[in-house]
Amino acid sequence: MNPRAASDMARLRVRRRLLQSAGALAVITCVPARAADSGLPALPALTAFLAGRTPRRERISLDLPRIADNGLSVPMRVSVSGPFAPGPFVRKLALFSEINPVPDMAVFEFPQPLERIEIDTRIRLAGTQQIVAIAEVTDGSLLAAAAEVIVTLGGCMDGT
Amino acid sequence: MPNARITVAERVPRGAPFEVRIQVRHAMETGYRTDDMGKSIPRNVIRTLTCRYNGDPVFVAHTSSGIAANPYLRFFVLARASGELTFEWVDDAGVRESDRVVVSVT
Repeated sequence: MNPRAASDMARLRVRRRLLQSAGALAVITCVPARAADSGLPALPALTAFLAGRTPRRERISLDLPRIADNGLSVPMRVSVSGPFAPGPFVRKLALFSEINPVPDMAVFEFPQPLERIEIDTRIRLAGTQQIVAIAEVTDGSLLAAAAEVIVTLGGCMDGT
Repeated sequence: MPNARITVAERVPRGAPFEVRIQVRHAMETGYRTDDMGKSIPRNVIRTLTCRYNGDPVFVAHTSSGIAANPYLRFFVLARASGELTFEWVDDAGVRESDRVVVSVT
């Protein structure tokens, strides 16, 4: 092996080690941030909807991409796992946005008992934020889920 | 010509939830945009979309500017009897539109 190649190899090894430690650092710094957002964001619209009630963070899942290139249309799925029949069923499902100009994004109602609660839609996001989904069950209990989406281009821009 | 595309399976088994997909053609104007002359475009979004199954409401969506243009919704309805699903939606401008699809339960 010529000396030039050997020095290149050494440089690559150093570079690799640097990259590895940078990766490890990124993982470490991410962990406390994930742990900290176990509570729901304090949004006036959400507080008004909850009206003092405390939702449980279970049985509901909110699927959103971690990163959305374009806030104008972000695919979303929210689902609540049963069983519902013959017991209490989901009556209402509400979506809240952390920073959109209209924080009450949508409310879905199920006037009749339904075993499968699953809604897909596409939402608009003004920027990087948390989305909260709350399901209201007929026995009065509330279920909650939250998801954070990093938005590269906000949906309030004139994108057309 | 209704401004919606609705998809339901050709036959659905009785007693089980079946998938319903609807996409409505609507700009869902947020009210934050301006036209070429710099004049702001008034907000006009679909406020409510109601799905009825043989006349009974089975799904209601109250939407806002937080729902993307040409709103798409996919949800489930319990198959009880053959008949039809009717959809009706109304926007800020008070325009009321509707569309329907036949459901055959086996």
